[in-house]
Amino acid sequence: MDNKGIVVLGSGLAGYSVIRELRKLDRDIPVTLVTRDSGDYYSKPMLSNALAQGKDAAGLVLTRAADMAAQLGIKLLVDTEVHAIDRANKRLDTTSGALEYDRLVIALGADPIRIPVQGDAADAVLSVNDIADYARFRGLLGNKNTVRAELVEAHSNEHISTGSMRTEVAIMGGGLIGCEFANDLAAAGHAVSVIDPGPWPIASLMPEQAGQQLLAPLAALGVDWRFGTSVSRVDRAASGYLLTLADGAQLQTDLVLSAVGLRPRIALAQQAGLAVNRGIKVDAHLRSSDAAIFALGDCAEIDGKVQPFVLPIMHAARALAKTLAGEETPVVFPAMPVVVKTPAHPVAVLPVARDAVGTWQLRSNSDGVKMEFIDAEQCISGFVLTGRYAAERNEMSKQVGQRALPV
Amino acid sequence: MKVWQCVVCGFIYDETKGMPEEGIKPGTKWADIPEAWACPDCGVAKADFEMIEV
Repeated sequence: MDNKGIVVLGSGLAGYSVIRELRKLDRDIPVTLVTRDSGDYYSKPMLSNALAQGKDAAGLVLTRAADMAAQLGIKLLVDTEVHAIDRANKRLDTTSGALEYDRLVIALGADPIRIPVQGDAADAVLSVNDIADYARFRGLLGNKNTVRAELVEAHSNEHISTGSMRTEVAIMGGGLIGCEFANDLAAAGHAVSVIDPGPWPIASLMPEQAGQQLLAPLAALGVDWRFGTSVSRVDRAASGYLLTLADGAQLQTDLVLSAVGLRPRIALAQQAGLAVNRGIKVDAHLRSSDAAIFALGDCAEIDGKVQPFVLPIMHAARALAKTLAGEETPVVFPAMPVVVKTPAHPVAVLPVARDAVGTWQLRSNSDGVKMEFIDAEQCISGFVLTGRYAAERNEMSKQVGQRALPV
Repeated sequence: MKVWQCVVCGFIYDETKGMPEEGIKPGTKWADIPEAWACPDCGVAKADFEMIEV
């Protein structure tokens, strides 16, 4: 068996992690990785804090594609799109020709959600979902600086404040990624506005009292928060763009970055007749409705849940690697806090389901908050730690599922 | 003293600073961290860390 081996679609964290884990168990199963990207390995969470680390897009590449292929002992097909999965014949139709598989792993990730806006520059709205997007974004950020630096040079007799060297960036979305970019850009000296129809930062993961903790520390870096409104129009201006918000306010900006969320990439699976919902439906063994096809990462819906974060990917990759190596292993997720990389005010949150029954209880609040979500059984089933409490996340994770102390 | 970086999430371990909140004292060399140790952000094992600078 397995002479055609395993084919993995996608060279992100999920695709490479499952192969890395598999190779710890088995060096011999043939593995082919198919990616539409370059296949260079980088850490996606670093895209939203690369400025603070002093890295450009090229600097974020941890291992070149050819070195990954050699280290992992895999065949790598780069710049390759998959058109279709022929499940009956276990064959893929790709831009690099047909490819047969014994078992297929779909790790295609997710697409940024695009909110429709009006205006003659609506197509200038950027999103950063991979390293190529990031290179483009940094190019635009850099160009602006170059142009202004030349201006400064030309007027070298005049005093020009360093403030004029900034690029103005308007971020659509004050969620996790929006806040991380806001912190990274503002700390690097750029002028950032965050526009979000919600009521406070990271409102989908955190209660009000926790979300509000981010307001002042980021405002101190110069972030201009605009909650309760959204971008209606993006129009070209003499220099940069003019944004018109739903509340009628107007903002002048050099760049518009959209960070409003991700949508699992399910089109290929859906077209092949696999069961899909929000993501590709898989069971605890990461197995889809076709026993030879697995999915993990941002494209997968594992037992009804899409969990687009690093820690769930690592757990899923380890379990799937064992199953692929011959030992059927369900993924068991422990408490997996999400870390928000906002150095101005760090956050760790173990979110609860939107419809969870219980209450958020404030335990401490000085230089941040410590909050527990206490469910109907009086147990801790979620938490938020901000500011100086963020470092307690491992300690706090151990208390999840235990009875909460009396309030 | 060296600086190490997690290949999965970008987490940085600086030997000079250690990780006092994880019980690892400042000045602890990478080699002296227990094999069972895993990245606090993504759970990657010690073996998967990568050195970025000396």
